[in-house]
Amino acid sequence: MLTRSIGEISMTVLTSNTIEIRSGDDVVRVRQEVRSRAVESGFSLVDQTKIVTAASEIARNTLDYGEGGTLLIERLEEVGRRGVRLTFEDQGPGISDIERALTDGYTSGGGLGLGLGGAKRLANEFHIQSQPGKGTRVTIIRWK
Amino acid sequence: MDRIPILKLGDALLVTIQVDMHDRLAMALEEDLTAKIAATHARGVLIDISALEIVDSFIGRMLDNIAAVSRVLDAETVVVGMRPAVAITLVELGLSLAGVKTALNVERGMTLIEDRIHADAVDRGDLDDRPDE
Amino acid sequence: MPNNDKSLADLLATHEHEILQEWQGLLKASGALQTGRIKESELATQCRNFISQLRGALRPDGSLDKSSDGYASLKSMLGEVSRSRAIQGFTPSETASFVFSLKQPLFNAIDKGTRAADAKASYIWQTSLLVDELGLYTIEAYAKTREDIIARQTREIAELSTPVVKLWEGVLALPVIGTLDSERTQTVMENLLQSIVEQSAEIAIIDITGVPTVDTLTAQHLLKTVAAARLMGADCIISGIRPQIAQTMVHLGVELNVVSKANLADAFALALHRLKKAIVSVKQAPSGRQSRYVSPEDRGV
Repeated sequence: MLTRSIGEISMTVLTSNTIEIRSGDDVVRVRQEVRSRAVESGFSLVDQTKIVTAASEIARNTLDYGEGGTLLIERLEEVGRRGVRLTFEDQGPGISDIERALTDGYTSGGGLGLGLGGAKRLANEFHIQSQPGKGTRVTIIRWK
Repeated sequence: MDRIPILKLGDALLVTIQVDMHDRLAMALEEDLTAKIAATHARGVLIDISALEIVDSFIGRMLDNIAAVSRVLDAETVVVGMRPAVAITLVELGLSLAGVKTALNVERGMTLIEDRIHADAVDRGDLDDRPDE
Repeated sequence: MPNNDKSLADLLATHEHEILQEWQGLLKASGALQTGRIKESELATQCRNFISQLRGALRPDGSLDKSSDGYASLKSMLGEVSRSRAIQGFTPSETASFVFSLKQPLFNAIDKGTRAADAKASYIWQTSLLVDELGLYTIEAYAKTREDIIARQTREIAELSTPVVKLWEGVLALPVIGTLDSERTQTVMENLLQSIVEQSAEIAIIDITGVPTVDTLTAQHLLKTVAAARLMGADCIISGIRPQIAQTMVHLGVELNVVSKANLADAFALALHRLKKAIVSVKQAPSGRQSRYVSPEDRGV
């Protein structure tokens, strides 16, 4: 068990595992894994569906625009609440204009452009770091 | 690669999605349905998603596309059986599927399609406006 | 520092009986028992436990040793006392005076039991500090308990106040009463959508006659509910929007782009119409009823 201090709140990571995102099959596996972790954390059906959907959106971005990468799934515990944290990392081309990437309707692929912005709305916490040419890291947390 | 089976039911086509949708599977379904609508002159398409645990923007876009394409081919698409948790999530995600008709279950969806076929028949003057059973 | 005088802990032990007597006397005089919410014997036990725990938590100079086991058990005991007081309905002052009224007896005991003036002054200062600290802790524990109670009641109210009622085969109504905040709206929304599935209802009427105000956020939540219901294949009708709410919404720039009716009756009539049903008057009802339900079209819908 690992205890980290972020700011003043101490957060415990109960379990963690990593999934490779290299193909469409992996995106399906991401959904199943995230679902299991959310169930273990006692999420309601609606909360499970929200985080699985958010995971599906970002995993597809990692695959399509980030040339594949990894997902770290962690189950968190904090005073009085439980959550799931997902960290997606890729070494792809990166995003030059993050603001724009988060805008609904913006897409560099062929999608509806709801991926990142939609995932942000489905999560309680959302962080994105990206460096052109180096890659992108997206972290989301959903609390129970 | 697996494909999702498409059944013909009278003037309508029925698709029941029972697996966790893979992106390639979704794209294949879009193509298959388009071909089948054209081949069978179907007037309606029922897509039963009651087994789906999530609908993300990709699957949402597929549903929108199918509805748009079928409209061009003179067929009405009805998405049936969406689960409450999925519906809440889709709304939060920002997808309204405005171009797609919806129904609670296959039976109701079928009624919608039959009503449309009937209304067209009345317009053409093939029938009077009293439905006969 | 006092050398030939006893430590504060020993002093407490020597004078325990007098301290307890005086303390309980003060508590009774202040009305701790009057309401009958707590028995005299229970109060006496709490006082005795408190003194003995306090002795274990003191350093020789009379200050509190916060790392001691005695201090931990003293705090947990005080926490328990405050919790039970909060649940029994004591006021915050009544709860805190359990500790604060110990000040006087302690000062008297110090006065009697110490000789050196500097020792006296030092003990009184330490005692004053410790009573204040424990008193404040009591209030905190009391407030925490009250917050827990309020949180629980809020949850219960949220569950109780969102009944989904069936008006007709395929028609549900959700009479919302009270303010809709975002957490409650989520409960309401999930309840309604779940009922739509369970009862295969095609039409759901959300009646907001009992909602005093609607802000932008609430309006958005309502719209989301309507959108989610549509995705499932059901239609929503909103009824009972008060005139001032309608005005506020226009001022806020919120457009409720949904079907709305003035009251539940109108909404129900619309629902029946959509299901191709109607309520008609019967000219001579043998059973004495004014009207009966008929299906105007012989479609077996």
